Amino acid sequence: MDFKTLLFFFFSAILLFAALRVITAKNPVHAVLNLILAFFTAACVWLLLEAEFLALVLVMVYIGAVMVLFLFVVMMLDIDLDRLRQGFWRYLPLGVFVGLVVALEMALVLGGEYFYAPDASLPATAADVSNTRELGALLVSRYVYPFELTAALLLMAIVAAVALAFRDRKPARRVDPAEQIRVRAADRLRLVHMPVETDAPAEDATAPDAQPKE
Amino acid sequence: MMNLSLSHFLILGALLFAISIVGIFLNRKNLIVLLMSIELMLLAVNMNFVAFSRYAQDLHGQLFVFFILAVAAAESAVGLAILALLFRNLRSIHVDDINRLKG
Repeated sequence: MDFKTLLFFFFSAILLFAALRVITAKNPVHAVLNLILAFFTAACVWLLLEAEFLALVLVMVYIGAVMVLFLFVVMMLDIDLDRLRQGFWRYLPLGVFVGLVVALEMALVLGGEYFYAPDASLPATAADVSNTRELGALLVSRYVYPFELTAALLLMAIVAAVALAFRDRKPARRVDPAEQIRVRAADRLRLVHMPVETDAPAEDATAPDAQPKE
Repeated sequence: MMNLSLSHFLILGALLFAISIVGIFLNRKNLIVLLMSIELMLLAVNMNFVAFSRYAQDLHGQLFVFFILAVAAAESAVGLAILALLFRNLRSIHVDDINRLKG
């Protein structure tokens, strides 16, 4: 068993353990932290596969952005944990059964007679071949159209997320410029006709020409 | 003597996928852990893609992983926005509370 195999088993053990903790953790915050661990070790496994660019993208974009978003949302929500875990143990046998069936099916496929697995040892890649460079060349030549579509999709996701989560809180005092421009004199100034006030004796206060003060 | 072969990575991916399916069954009531299980499933699929790409000496598989990552990021962004909106309106993310879809 060479060193790379040892590393593979080490990382796989951590990865599977973290995945198990994700699905069984009581607290969603712990689940997200374990998910981050799982993604990180998956990036390490991808490094063993010499997919350096994807491993770094997984760490930077996925852990750095998506998982932090997850963490943010989980911490923002104030949830009733006990109620959410209702039926957890009740569904365990069914879940384990389905999981075993899936694993068995995949084992049958992988161990099948007609499955071609090139298990021969890998030809070593030359030292001056850059995974990132080759992926980039492929991305802007043959896959340029899907690449643009991906950009459009991400833009759409941004707009959708903002439109969904945006809360239009109207501030109590604010000025609408359109209203300000459209204002007329009649809106601001009211002319009140009043008779001229004269120095009248006190008994004249009940006279019909004495208007009450506005 | 035991060298690292394609089967190792495929088995790892299969186990990861099975674990996330069990997770979907276990956490049927908790929307956010359901989303996390879906992320784990995507990770398992990506693992298979990368392994096949490496052992078949073909970079197209890795490019596919790149696109899957982009789509998964979009999916989780929109999913989490929906989740936040849901929590703001219902004060809960319990799956049983989300039964008010009326025309």
